[in-house]
Amino acid sequence: MEHTAKDSSQIKGWGVDADPRNDPTYPMKYRTDGEHAGYAWERPQQQPISVEVLHSNERPDVTAVFGTSTPPSGPSGAIRRLAFKYSESSYGHWLPLMLADRVDVMEGVLGDLKGGQVPNVFAERGWKAEWKHNRISLLRRILVGAALGSAAVAYVSSKRSGS
Amino acid sequence: MLAMNYRGPHRVRIDHKPMPEILHPEDAIVRVTRSCICGSDLHLYNGSVPDTRVGMTFGHEFTGVVEAVGEGVEKLDVGDHVLVPFNIACGKCVFCQQGLYGNCHESNPQATAVGGIFGYSHTAGGYDGGQAEYVRVPYADVSPTVIPEGMDPDDAVLLTDVVPTGYQAAEMGGIQPGDTVVVFGAGPVGIMAARCAWLFGAGRVIVIDCVDYRLEFARDYAPCEAYDFRSIEDPVVFIKHTTDSLGADVCIDAVGAEAAGSALQTVLGRKLLMQGGAATALHWAINSVKKGGIVSIVGVYGPVGTHVPIGNVVNKGITIRANQASVKRLLPRLIEHVQNGVLDPKALITHRIPLEEVSDAYRIFSAKLDDCIKPVLMPPSARA
Repeated sequence: MEHTAKDSSQIKGWGVDADPRNDPTYPMKYRTDGEHAGYAWERPQQQPISVEVLHSNERPDVTAVFGTSTPPSGPSGAIRRLAFKYSESSYGHWLPLMLADRVDVMEGVLGDLKGGQVPNVFAERGWKAEWKHNRISLLRRILVGAALGSAAVAYVSSKRSGS
Repeated sequence: MLAMNYRGPHRVRIDHKPMPEILHPEDAIVRVTRSCICGSDLHLYNGSVPDTRVGMTFGHEFTGVVEAVGEGVEKLDVGDHVLVPFNIACGKCVFCQQGLYGNCHESNPQATAVGGIFGYSHTAGGYDGGQAEYVRVPYADVSPTVIPEGMDPDDAVLLTDVVPTGYQAAEMGGIQPGDTVVVFGAGPVGIMAARCAWLFGAGRVIVIDCVDYRLEFARDYAPCEAYDFRSIEDPVVFIKHTTDSLGADVCIDAVGAEAAGSALQTVLGRKLLMQGGAATALHWAINSVKKGGIVSIVGVYGPVGTHVPIGNVVNKGITIRANQASVKRLLPRLIEHVQNGVLDPKALITHRIPLEEVSDAYRIFSAKLDDCIKPVLMPPSARA
């Protein structure tokens, strides 16, 4: 897109009330107005792009460095690629990413099983710590869960025997 | 090497992962000596940050010994014991040049709204974090800082996030001598913000939370007034009553997305994930501050829209100031405060837990078990 800014010095009254002290970002920001020059700084050397890196469509390229943890893969990766077609301002970006995260969890379980590992969900959820420090609450939750599960099984069984 | 491995909401474990490698001339590889779990890690743990991928290692508050450096690193040597700020900052972009090291434009390809952060999802750059034995540290010459001789490593690790974030929360409040400052949240950052409010000349500091042992800790540590919002009918009315009906001069939101206290916010923000978190603390901050007052936000929220009383911001003429802490900018002053005994960060640490027990550590911190305020994970080599 062509830059359409006018020559501001030709605008009547330009800058007559400018007050450099009126800067609510200080001291977070040392104002340099460098951004007025645009994307013009001397960029760090580019990290070789050795894995798939999705980048926001609000920037022109991949940043000079990036993380290489867990590149997109599988069905969750396909959803993530779709999400990155939309801007950070759009639910079309964030909602698919949340969906992809949930799909990724299922892929993770399948991946564990495929690798011969049954995930120990109780250990992963830190139940040992709960047992040590919050036993009564943990037992209460287990009992409530067991009661609800039993009720659900009994309900389904009664429906089946009724039909 | 051993590393924390995220498997899904509320599920993490320790696993063996490949050693990190130098991928850029300005990288360093650091052997971790301390790594904290941060309140903001709980947003990841709860599955509320988009693009948090299974297999990732969290951790953005850590110290470590430099094991290897890229050919472009000039300021660090192998063997240096460093504290590593949570922001990944290039030092060259226009934002870093202006001291906005938390807003670097050359460290996070996935989002323009936030700079790169160690171990904080792909929304913050996709970097594995420090809850591991080793970690890759990009731009090693910019933010990582050699721990000053004589400084306790427990103090150093809290200088990577908790202390600067708490300090900047108070700094952004523009606190003037005699001001009444209300801090919502008695987690480590809220407690530190309350402590730092005095450094800027506050006349009165009040902390609001609902966890009794943390309120007790804040009362002694900050020191300050501390109230349980469950024991007062309406925190906003309470603040108004205690400030001649005018409101506080400065309110600080040190809670963010996981706030309790409002059923509507909890359902929308934490259960249904239909907004960027439960903004209860921010709602109270906006409504508790006086007309023309300042609300400072360091609590972390998700990237989507969030339900807050923005009309009151306009009508009361409130100034909102917010950012991720610019750790590098603040470090010289904060190191001075620690060395002079003005700040005592390590007093916040209540739990030292072996890295191998990371699942239990997350549970203890997230469920606030065993009066936990700040847990530190200790890798095997640091325990030897």
